Formats: sequence, structure tokens, C-alpha cells
Amino acid sequence: MTNNGQFFVTTIDKFVRWAQKSSIWPLTFGLACCAIEMMNLVGPRYDAARFGSEVMRSSPRQADLLIVSGRLSLKMVPVIQQVYQQMPEPKWVVAMGACASSGGIFDNYAIVQGVDRVLPVDVYVPGCPPTPDAVLDAVMKLRDSIAAGRAKGGVMAREA
Amino acid sequence: MKPEALSERLVGRFPEGVEAMDTPFDIPQFRVAPAALVDVATYLKELGYSMLLDVGGVDYYPRSPRFEVVYHFLDMKRHARVRLRCVLDDERPEVPSLTGIWPSANPAEREVYDLFGVVFTGHPNLTRILMPYDWEGHPLRKDYPLKGPREKLEARFAAEKNRFHAPKLAGER
Amino acid sequence: MAKLDPADLPLEHPDPRGYRVESADGDRMIISVGPHHPSTHGVLRLILELEGERIVNCVPEIGFLHTGIEKTAENLTWQQAITVIDRMDYLSPLSNNLAYVLAVEKLLGIQVPERARYIRVLMVELQRIASHLVWLGTTILDMGLQSGFFYAFDIREGILDIFEEVTGARMNPSYIRVGGLANDVPDNFVPMVQAFLDRFPKRIAEIQSILDDNPVFLDRLRGIGKISKDKAIAYGLTGPNLRACGIDYDVRKAFPYCGYEEFDFNVPVGTNGDAYDRYRVRIQELYESHKICMQALKRLPAGDWQIPDRKIVRPPKQEVRENMEALIHHFKLVTYGFDVPAGEVYQSVESPRGELGYYVVSNGKNKPWRVRTRPPAFYNVFTIPEMVRGELVADLVAVVATIDPVFGEVDR
Repeated sequence: MTNNGQFFVTTIDKFVRWAQKSSIWPLTFGLACCAIEMMNLVGPRYDAARFGSEVMRSSPRQADLLIVSGRLSLKMVPVIQQVYQQMPEPKWVVAMGACASSGGIFDNYAIVQGVDRVLPVDVYVPGCPPTPDAVLDAVMKLRDSIAAGRAKGGVMAREA
Repeated sequence: MKPEALSERLVGRFPEGVEAMDTPFDIPQFRVAPAALVDVATYLKELGYSMLLDVGGVDYYPRSPRFEVVYHFLDMKRHARVRLRCVLDDERPEVPSLTGIWPSANPAEREVYDLFGVVFTGHPNLTRILMPYDWEGHPLRKDYPLKGPREKLEARFAAEKNRFHAPKLAGER
Repeated sequence: MAKLDPADLPLEHPDPRGYRVESADGDRMIISVGPHHPSTHGVLRLILELEGERIVNCVPEIGFLHTGIEKTAENLTWQQAITVIDRMDYLSPLSNNLAYVLAVEKLLGIQVPERARYIRVLMVELQRIASHLVWLGTTILDMGLQSGFFYAFDIREGILDIFEEVTGARMNPSYIRVGGLANDVPDNFVPMVQAFLDRFPKRIAEIQSILDDNPVFLDRLRGIGKISKDKAIAYGLTGPNLRACGIDYDVRKAFPYCGYEEFDFNVPVGTNGDAYDRYRVRIQELYESHKICMQALKRLPAGDWQIPDRKIVRPPKQEVRENMEALIHHFKLVTYGFDVPAGEVYQSVESPRGELGYYVVSNGKNKPWRVRTRPPAFYNVFTIPEMVRGELVADLVAVVATIDPVFGEVDR
């Protein structure tokens, strides 16, 4: 080992990222139809708890992952922004469903065309609603991104 | 009661306010002048139509008069429904509120106000219920574009550079 | 990704202008149970005025899920509008489907074949079971028994499997179309549904055995959230909530549609109008829906699953490949749709939430002129102030849970 310091830092980094990816606690943020599929995700068949999401926290102060499940309406924008700000870093966002990713089938006056207009999103999941398998796949991809160091999580850690 | 009997009673009691319309799909419907609405509704309640099912608005835009407010009533014991249609003025679409008789009219009339701009006189709290409070415009009117304020923005960008996505501008939601 | 500057983000919520605090007494507190809250029932904001722990007044604020579905439906053809209308009451999309399609069929003056009617009834009743199971699971979860949630959702997976097998989608299937169905049921439909229905009563009895005599559950629901008959009618309350008050009104019996008059089922009615009676009515409805499903499955007739009129329903693909006329019909249906005679109609069905009605106005063209929904959950939510007045704040969740609101429908 040529550089002891780097070895320790990278190993600690890896350990930290492993810990982060293995215990992602989602926030209960169900808006519309996708919320029901999200409930199925933590339900008995597609059990997200075996991947580390043991509890779905209702308080944003205790959650890591904001799964925006459903269509984001105009009145809800300040609410979701406040909830996102309350989450401690590192935090990730999964835009679940077509409406959260891009406005979905509702291209009209009332729906924000994609949650990424108001929040930074890590994974987009297409579908209307996506099956819980698809959302599990998204969580897997997110875990891979965290392990690889790509998804640092949160606003502070991002570069301009 | 049979549609003809109801029609006789209503038109007989309120000759200027109520006009029978033909009922091709089995719900008796009547055109009611806004001024007579509260009396007609009270009379219907006495006749047994105890539940106000729904208050809805319709905008027949190129036709003038354009706004119509549609009320549905239900008689649960005799399994009968009736519909009242109020045709409103174009410049000042106003109709008396039914919240004094049925509290279920309260949120429904707020919604018609929010989406169409129809004013319900006598309503205790006529504010927007579905759109944000500072929204301008009444979305369900026929001359309101489907995409709302975005429509002009997106049309401009599509024409200018033939771009698929409009960029985000400051203050845009 | 663009950098998010905290200074750009607005932090305040709009205040409901209609709420006035009448007296600023010492003990009174105003609390906003905001749109994001632990109870799993959707985006509802309740502004409570509390005196100590007692709720003195409550103002619901809705609109956080307003999607403009009615306006979107005016820009789609009659058949395409089914897809957006499904997403209103997303816990039981087939009910919305059925109500809208029956309204359009009334305007068109068509009657679907018997097989289509039976399959529609079967699917809608299965959907009612699925919706009540979500209600049951989330209510048990809100009352504190987390494992009850898993019991209910596990049963529901069986129904979602059936839907996926038949329609291709677990939720929002848009299966009931104008003129019949989207496609015929596959060959393994009858055995699959029979297997589900056979094991269903035992599993519900299992959940009931945990809950019915459970002192904690009884304490949390009995006597809570009462509403009297007169108030219920005045507020437009419908569905299991109204039947729990003792009023026997079910659209399936009062204004039968889609062949319901041929089925033998009871309508459970409660006595008190409190949360416990609402729970009991819904549990009974699960058994009644099971009864209807068994009857429908046994008597499922063979035959056409859509009307033969090619101007309204698509011809089968094989015909489109061989027959010129079928090709033209297909082309016209896909690009233009079909015209519906001018007129207006009100059609309602009994959705798991109450009387779901559609007031559809047509101007003779291929797109609806106005689709007005009579959303049962909208009127049910505005009875919450009446039900919680004088209750303790901790019982608020029990009341909201037993009303079973779905905010896609409230806000549309």
C-alpha cells in the first residue's frame, strides 16, 4: 500500500456507503394511485423490508428516501418542498410513476410536469402505476448508485 | 312520483320560474330561473327529495347564455331523482346559494365558483377550493386553455426553435 | 441536475381564507394537520380548533391533488377519456369506469351482451372487495395493529393477480369500454377466480377474529364519530357511511344497473352511525360481494363480450387484416372515435365510497362536452367537521379512516 491515508479513507467511504445503501428508510409520501402500489411494495408479497427499508417513517426528519408516488398538483408544491427540506442529508428522491417523472397523462394546467421541476431526482420509474417490481428495481438501482458513489444524496453534496 | 305528476306540481306551483324539459333518459329535468331556485328547492324538499346529490356547472361557450348550474336531487324512499338546470346571465353569472337548506351545497358551490366563476349569492365562504388561492382565471371555462398559463409559453418556444422541451424559466412552476 | 438554491423555495402554505377564529380564548389552539401526515389516507389538510384535547371546530382543506381530470376528459375522445377517468377513484377504478361507460351507453342507446354484463359485475365486485381490503388494512394500521395491514394486503394480492391476468394491469385497468369490454377473459379465468373466492371467507374470518372482540379496537371505534340520520342526509353522505346510520340506500338496489337486479344479495345496515358501525357494514359488504361474485361466476354465460356494432367497438384484428370495411372502421375509430348523440344523462353506481355519479353532456361530437363527476368522497369528507366535533384529537384519525376518502376523487 503506497498511501495509507487513502486506503483508510476509501475503505471508510465504502463502509459508509454500504451502510447508507443498506438501510434506506422511505418517507410515507403517497399522493395518488402510485401510493397504493407503494403500499403493496411494503406489503407482504413485494417486501421492501428485506432490502433495508425496514420502516416507512412518517416524519421527514427520520427518513432518507422520498418516493414521490403520484401526481404533483400545484397546491402541493410548497408542501413537498418543505418536506424535502426537512429531511436530513443524505437524502434521495425517486420519482415513481409517469406523473412524477414527467407529468404523465395529465398535460394540463393543474399538474407539475415532472417532480424534477421542483426537486432533484435520483431515479425515475416509468409506469402508470409501475408495478412494485419496478419500484424495487429502482431501489436496487439507487443502492448501486450509492455504493458506486454516484448518488451522493441531498442538495449540499451536489456540485453546481 | 311519476315524472308527469311531478312536472304538473312544479310547473303549477311556480309558473314563471319552472319550465319542464323533455326527459329522454329517465330523469325528469326542469329549467329553473335563478330567482326561483331557492323556493323550488325548498318545495322539492317538502315533496320528499331529501338529499341534494350534486351541484355542477356546465359552460356552453360559443352559445350565449353560456353558464348553466345543474342540481340533482334524490328521493331515497321512493327511489326517484330530479334535475334542475339554472341558466345564468353571461356578464354576471349569479345564482342564489342553497347552503341554507342543504349544507352539502357548501363545498360543491365553492367548486363551481372556483372552476367556472359563477357567484353564489348568500354563500358563507365563497373562496377557491381546488385551485391555489391566488390563481387567476377559471379553469373549466371553455375559453381557458387546457395547459393554462403554460400554453402561451410552450407555444412560443415550440414555434421559435422547434424544441421538444421548453426550458425552465424563473418563477415558472 | 440544476442546483437548488434554498432562497428560491417558498416556505409558507396558503392559508384557508375562510377560516375565522371566533374567539381567542386562553385554552384554544389551532392546529394544522397538514396534507402530509402519518395517517395513510391521502392529502387532506384539517385545521382543528382545539380546546385542550377536545376538537371544537374542524375545517377540511382539499385541492392538493387537483388534476384537472374533467377538463382533460373534454379534450379526449369518448373512449380515450376512460383512461383519465379511471384515475379519479384510484382504489376502485373499475367503478368509475363502469359509471362513465354506462352513462355513455345510455346516450348511445346501446345494450351490451349478457356475457359482458356478467363479467362487468364480477370485476366490479372484485374491485369492491379489493378497495374494502385497502380500507381495512389502512384502518387497522392507523389503529395501531401493523400486522393487520399485511393480512389485508396479502388477500388483496390474489385479486390483483386476477386483474393482471385479465386486463394486463393491476391497477387502473380501463377494462370496461363503451360497447363491452377491452378484451375477453382468458381461459383460466374461471378456475382462478373460483380458487380465490373459495379461500376468501376463511381469511376474512381470520381478520375478524382478531378485531371483532378486541377491546382495544372496540374502544377506539365504538361511539366515535357519530352522525345522525338527518345530518347525514343533509350533508350528502352516501355509501357504507350512510348505511351505518341506519338508512337503507344502495344504488344497486334503488336504481339497478348492469343486471344487478338478477343477483341475490343483502345490503348491510348499521344502527348508530359511529365508526364501529361503519367498520361492521364494510366487513359485511365483503361477504355480500363474495356472494355476488360466486353467483356471477356460476352463471357466467358464453357469448359475445362486446356489441357487434363496428362503428363503436373495434373489429377483431384478424378481420382488420382481411376485410376492407373492417379496416376503415378501425381507422376511423382510432383517429376520430365515434359520435354520441347530443343530450345529457346522469348515471350513478354504488362505488365502495358511495354514490358515484356522472353527469355527461354531449354535443353530438366525438369528444365529451362536459363530464361532471358526483364524487362521493367529496361530500363524505365535508362531514368530518360534523363527526369530530367534541371528540378527542386522538380519535380524529379513526374518524377519517372509517369514512374512507380517496383524494383522487375528492380533488379530481
